Amino acid sequence: MAETLLKIENLTKEYEGQKILDGIHLEVKKGDVLVVVGPSGCGKSTLLRCINALEPIQGGTIKLQGMDIRKGSKNITTLRQKIGMVFQSYELFPHLTVIDNITLAPVKVQKRDKAEVRKEAMELLARVGLADKAKSYPRQLSGGQKQRVAIVRALCMHPEILLFDEVTAALDPEMVREVLDVMLDLAKQGKTMLIVTHEMQFAKAVADKVIFIDQGKIVEEAAPEEFFEHPKTERAKQFLNVFTFEQVEHHVE
Amino acid sequence: MNWEFIEKYLPMYEKAALLTVKIGIVGILFAILVGLICAAVQYYKVPVLRWIVAVYVELSRNTPLLVQLFFIYYGFPKIGIRMSAELCGVVGLAFLGGSYMAESFRSGLESVEPIQSESAISLGMNSRQVLGYVILPQAMSTSIPAFVANIIFLLKETSVFSAISLMDLMFTAKDLIGLYYKTTESLFLLVVFYLLILLPVSIIGSLVERRMRYAGFGD
Repeated sequence: MAETLLKIENLTKEYEGQKILDGIHLEVKKGDVLVVVGPSGCGKSTLLRCINALEPIQGGTIKLQGMDIRKGSKNITTLRQKIGMVFQSYELFPHLTVIDNITLAPVKVQKRDKAEVRKEAMELLARVGLADKAKSYPRQLSGGQKQRVAIVRALCMHPEILLFDEVTAALDPEMVREVLDVMLDLAKQGKTMLIVTHEMQFAKAVADKVIFIDQGKIVEEAAPEEFFEHPKTERAKQFLNVFTFEQVEHHVE
Repeated sequence: MNWEFIEKYLPMYEKAALLTVKIGIVGILFAILVGLICAAVQYYKVPVLRWIVAVYVELSRNTPLLVQLFFIYYGFPKIGIRMSAELCGVVGLAFLGGSYMAESFRSGLESVEPIQSESAISLGMNSRQVLGYVILPQAMSTSIPAFVANIIFLLKETSVFSAISLMDLMFTAKDLIGLYYKTTESLFLLVVFYLLILLPVSIIGSLVERRMRYAGFGD
C-alpha cells in the first residue's frame, strides 16, 4: 500500500460569500495520477491554488505528508517546495534565460550546489527535447516550448507532487501534443500528479483516477474507463456529452 | 566672440558647474531614496501612509520647483528651520524629484503581473526573494526610461537655484552679464557647460536602457 501524500478533508473555500469549494475530500497516494475534470468555473483550478496555499481557505484541512498547508503559516515556503505547480500561462520569468529560470529556485531557495543543479537542469531539458534552448529567453520560445520549460522548472525542485493547472489550454493545437507527451512520460516514471485538464483523451490515457467536480463538489470519483464509458451521475453524462459530436448527415436530394 | 574673456572666466564656470553637479547628484540620490520609499508604500498599499504619499506626490508634482525653493528658503526660517542655500537646493530637488521617481518606480512595479509573484511563491520563495529575484528586475527594466528622463529633468531644474543665490551655472552667467555686458560669451559658456553635464547622462542613459531592454526580452 503506497503512502498517502496529500489528504484533503472537508475543504471549503468561499469568495465574497459564494462557496467555490464545498466540502471536498480527496486523498492522493504516492505515484497516483489524478485528473480533475469539470465545467468551467466549477472550482477545479481553485482547488489546485488552495493545495499550493495561493488562496486562503475557510474550512477543512489540506495536509501534505501530515503537515498542514495553510496560507500565511510559518513553514509554508518549505511545504511549497514539495509542491510543483505549472500554470496555464507558463509564468516563466521573462528577464531570465531558460537555464536561469530553472536553476533560480533550487540554488537560491534550496541552497543546492549550482553546478549540480545546472547539470540536472540540462539533463531534464534534454529529456523534453529543449537542450539547445538553455540560453534562450522565454520570449524566443513557442508556447509549447515555454510550457515544457515550466514543467522542467517545477521538476528541478524535486517536488513530492506536481500540480498542472490547464497547462495546454493556452496552446495552439499542434503544440498540445508535445506538452502532453512530457506529462505522459512523467506519469510513466511514477511521479505523483494532480492534473486539471479539458483534454479528455489525454485524461483517459494518463489517469489512475478521474475526479469530476461540479459546483464546488466532487460529484464522481472513478477509474477512467468507468468514468468515460459508464458515468454514474446524470451531471457527468451531460458534461461528457459536450465532448462528443453526432455525425453530420448529408442529405442528397 | 571675445575668447580672452571666455578663457578668463572659464574657471568660474568650472566651479559653478561643480556646484551644480554636486547639488544635483546629492539631491537626485535623495530623490531616488524618497521615490523608492513612496513607491513601496503605494505598491504594498500601506494604510494611512499611502494617503500621505498620495498628497505629497500631487503637491510636489503640481507646484514649480522655484515656488518650492522659496518656500524652503524663505518660509522655513519663519518656523525655526534654518538651512544653508546649498542644503535648501538639495532638499528642494529631493522634494520635487521624489514624486517623479516614485511614479516611475511604481509604474514599473505595477507592470509586473501578480501571477508572476505567484509563480515565484509556488517555487517556495519567501516575499524577499520574490521581490529581489522576480519583481524588481522586471520592474527596473520598465522603469529605466522614465528614470533616466527624470534625472535629466532634475539636472535641468537646478538652473532655478540661482534664485536662492546659489552660485550655480545660471547664477554665474547672469552675474557676468550684469557686470560686463558680455552676453554672447556668458550665454555661450552657459550652454556649453550644461551640455557637458547633460550629454553624458543622456548617452549613458540610453545605453543602459538598451541593455536592460535586451536583458528583458532577449532579442
